[in-house]
Amino acid sequence: MSIALSILEVAEEEAARHGGAEVEAIHLKVGALAGVVKEALLSAYELACEKTPFERTRLVIEEVPIMMNCPTCAGERPVHSLQRLCCVDCEAPASEIVHGRELQVTALELVE
Amino acid sequence: MSAGPRILEVRHNILKRNDELARELRDRFHNAGVFVVSLVSSPGSGKTMFLERTLAILKERGRRPAALVGDLATENDAARLARSQAPVKQIITGTLCHLEAAMIDNALAEWRLGDFDFLFIENVGNLVCPSSYDLGEDLRLVLLSVTEGEDKPLKYPTIFNTSDVAVITKADLADAVEFDAAAANANIQAVRPGMRVLQVSAKKGAGMEDWIDFLAARRESALQGKS
Repeated sequence: MSIALSILEVAEEEAARHGGAEVEAIHLKVGALAGVVKEALLSAYELACEKTPFERTRLVIEEVPIMMNCPTCAGERPVHSLQRLCCVDCEAPASEIVHGRELQVTALELVE
Repeated sequence: MSAGPRILEVRHNILKRNDELARELRDRFHNAGVFVVSLVSSPGSGKTMFLERTLAILKERGRRPAALVGDLATENDAARLARSQAPVKQIITGTLCHLEAAMIDNALAEWRLGDFDFLFIENVGNLVCPSSYDLGEDLRLVLLSVTEGEDKPLKYPTIFNTSDVAVITKADLADAVEFDAAAANANIQAVRPGMRVLQVSAKKGAGMEDWIDFLAARRESALQGKS
């Protein structure tokens, strides 16, 4: 819930900087390791924007898979799963995560 | 004529405010020479007992620990911890299921950080939400009691992945519940490769001295890194 409120805060701030434009949609990036469950966030968001100027604003969530920096393959590689954090190609354990922790507002769609 | 919606690229971290405040706290902690450890776990994993013994042993060794304890509603935990004679403050979160950096900042207002070597922050018993919030800690411990089962790390991979050290608690009950330590360790390593795992029984004392030695060593190296 506090994440949903923070999203509205960000959107409010940005919309205000652009002349208080109406926001049609908020685009997010949510990493698999961000500790956020998409469905839970969507329902919290629905509650959070009740009776606010964002009541009709859509929340568009892009889920970001985990990528590791693989020491043996020397590059970015996906991992098997959240339960098995190792390289899909060579099984090296993921000591350095490069993607998957994102929790970001990436864009707003403003109504002209 | 209608151009459709205008796309405004923003790239704004949702928890930016929390992250910034946590960074500030971390700087303040380092400047004051206080090593900060946060504890996360499910309810009933033995966090308070573990912390109670930790505070007591640190006091016996002449160190100066303090603790902040998050709880939804009661002050029972703080009362228990206060028996160690260490300064303890309760943070009642109400309906919030986790601690945030601003709550730590507020709770510290009346304390002088320079009076402490160690500060412990006991999060609300919850394995989901606390993982997203940086509190400015040096070390995040995730506690897993032998009674919870070996597969907890697989069920809650994110909290294990965002923690630095895993502590297996209630080790005195391991045989009674047929706890498989090797399986637990394998699961921990699967979700957080290379994670340090300690095993303790706060009640019987097993493993506690090792844990305190580990803690003292981590504080030393953190302070050396400061200069």
